[in-house]
Amino acid sequence: MSDTSSSLPQQRQHSTIRAGIAKRHARERRFRAYGIAAICAALTAVAILFGMILYKGVPAFWQANVELEIFFDPEIIKVPERPQPQPGQSPAELEKQQLAWERQVTMVNWNRVIKAAIRKAAPDVEIDTKQALSIIETNGRYELRDMFVNDPGLLGQTVTVNLLASANADNWLKGNIDRNLPDAQQQLSAPARALADRLLEEGTIRFAFAWHLFTNVDSRSAPASAGLAGAFMGSLYMMLVVIVLAVPLGVGSAIYLEEFAPKNRFTDFIEVNINNLAAVPSIVFGLLGAAVFINFFHLPLSAPIVGGLVLTLMTLPTIIIATRSALRAVPPSLRQAALGLGASKTQTVFHHVLPVTYPGVLTATIIGVAQALGETAPLLLIGMNAFVAAVPGTPFEQSTALPVQIFLWQGNENRNFFEARTSAAIIVLLALMLALNAIAIYLRTRLERRK
Amino acid sequence: MTKFSLAAAAASLTIAAMTSSAGAQTRDTIQIAGSSTVLPFASIVAEEFGNAFPEFKTPVVGSGGSSGGLRQFCQGVGDNTIDIANASRRIRASEVEACNKAGVNEILEVQIGYDGIVFASSASKADFALEPVHIFKAIAAQVAVDGKLVDNPYKSWKEIDASLPDQPIALAIPASNHGTREVFEEKVLAEGCKAAELPTDAPKEACLNVRQDVVVEIAGDYTETLARLQSNPDTVGVFGLSFYEQNRDTLKVASVSGVTPSLETIASGEYPVSRPLFFYVKGEHIGTVPGIEEYVEFFLSEGMAGAGGTLEAAGLIPAPAEETGEILQNFQNRKAVTAAELN
Repeated sequence: MSDTSSSLPQQRQHSTIRAGIAKRHARERRFRAYGIAAICAALTAVAILFGMILYKGVPAFWQANVELEIFFDPEIIKVPERPQPQPGQSPAELEKQQLAWERQVTMVNWNRVIKAAIRKAAPDVEIDTKQALSIIETNGRYELRDMFVNDPGLLGQTVTVNLLASANADNWLKGNIDRNLPDAQQQLSAPARALADRLLEEGTIRFAFAWHLFTNVDSRSAPASAGLAGAFMGSLYMMLVVIVLAVPLGVGSAIYLEEFAPKNRFTDFIEVNINNLAAVPSIVFGLLGAAVFINFFHLPLSAPIVGGLVLTLMTLPTIIIATRSALRAVPPSLRQAALGLGASKTQTVFHHVLPVTYPGVLTATIIGVAQALGETAPLLLIGMNAFVAAVPGTPFEQSTALPVQIFLWQGNENRNFFEARTSAAIIVLLALMLALNAIAIYLRTRLERRK
Repeated sequence: MTKFSLAAAAASLTIAAMTSSAGAQTRDTIQIAGSSTVLPFASIVAEEFGNAFPEFKTPVVGSGGSSGGLRQFCQGVGDNTIDIANASRRIRASEVEACNKAGVNEILEVQIGYDGIVFASSASKADFALEPVHIFKAIAAQVAVDGKLVDNPYKSWKEIDASLPDQPIALAIPASNHGTREVFEEKVLAEGCKAAELPTDAPKEACLNVRQDVVVEIAGDYTETLARLQSNPDTVGVFGLSFYEQNRDTLKVASVSGVTPSLETIASGEYPVSRPLFFYVKGEHIGTVPGIEEYVEFFLSEGMAGAGGTLEAAGLIPAPAEETGEILQNFQNRKAVTAAELN
């Protein structure tokens, strides 16, 4: 062995082997490097995407509020007392009277009340009414009206009220529009801008967390008050429809196909078609939904029920395929043992096979639902891309959905304000998705541990 | 097992609820769709309407362009068809015929005011003082050179007219699904074509054929046009006045025939490229869907579409009060649009 003068061919052989090993090692190192590079590229892309969205969207969660001392001036609010139930009066009549009274309250010039409060907050500023009001969002007058309708006793009292600053004022204070641009390119007039700056300095205007982003509905006449509540409820109803319809149908058909159906050409044909269905682009389901559910079954336009049905069709193949593969992964010995002990086929499936597949089915369901939650294209075709300024009370009422709301805000003409709003809505949608996925992971680990 | 039967019960319940309400459903929310130019105005009115009339639900306003909206409008009468179609151009005779065929005979036209169409470029770029003929020469597929029709040779605005900036020609114009396109063709291209003095034997289409190399047709809304301007700052885009007003920090407006577009110059008729905005009401739905009459009256009221009203602040140019009065009168008398009067 230690003989260094061993034959030359042997040495050559060794060096060839060594070179071969070195080459193999290099190849392995190279492959690892490729892998790491691929992961880094993917992570950077995700980081850039999330970073951009967070950078743009997070400021929208804080919005300028104006704290005003509102005096409910009897000189301006000249309405009779709220109609009270009279003996012998029918409820319908009372309601009619109250509606008429509410209309009168609505017609009160609330802007004058707000104007007076701004005057009081900045007494020495010379500014005309229109410019002064341009820093308060236009829904301010309805907030005051609602306060008064709820409590007519406010008449003659002074209350501290938090009103939203207008979208233009918010843009100015946040610097969304370059503050050095000349007057002609600004949205607010010079006195209004000065007033906003001064009120911010004095603490009358403060930036507060925009809870109304979650509690308000979409708004165009008062963009600063636009929120996601309507879209959120719309999405929630759709997901309920999807879960209620797609899960039983999907799991049921998967069990039948996997456990009971005979293996023949027909079932093969069905299997191929289910796989094909999973690959159909979602917009096709939208066209189908518009033709079938709206034009044939006459379901209402823009309603979450139709959206839910369309998304059910889309989610079904995902659930069927995942459930089938979960069933296939159950070892046959389990079935044979149950059958050997005298259980019927149905008992075997429902008592022994299905419980083992719960984690798989659950994951499939949640991933299917998460996918449906983010789907936009089919919803555009069934009229869910409409402007809806109400929270839907039932799945049959008109509504939008979260991803569609993002699409709508993205196209809003007030770019300076809605650019941030759009990203904020994306953050909310992403948070929901992450929450859904987290639930899926939690349930899966829990169910698997129990086994 | 119980879980499964529970789910099954829930499923059957949903289906039952679905079929029962599908059968006896009467809609109580006004459903609107159509022009994206009218959409902001209609949405604002819808919201204010919901606030002012607590007994009615807030109308739902969809988009889809004038043509898309009118197509939905003409699908027929019934709960799953829309009640009102917004349009940034007048309804066409062919559309009225399609409507009548589907059973929609009472098409009530309501004109809500005017809108200006403006040409705007990036705020950082040079000023444009355009004439219709400049736009025609920049955009036409074929132009006249030495009395002959040739493929458009112009690459820079300066080649068209020495007064224009030396900037490569790039234009973003609305696609044909937008009512704006029709007004653009009628008020700008046709005018420019006349002034460009094409040879007499030139085919009629020569006036409207658009070159494809430097012109992008935008099928989406104005935000998409704005995005084009941001990706290529040389682009000149076509916008509605209200969109420009809200984005003055990034856009610079061009004057046309020496007039700078503004609420005043459009209301007075000085600025040449303006058009009336409409919506069409399905007369058959009045009475079945609550609130349609009140919505129309509210829309045309002083506080909304009138001078100094909410919509003027949003960029709509109000029509003179007597004109609005007449329109309201026609609506209240249920004066329907017929195909014959449009031809």
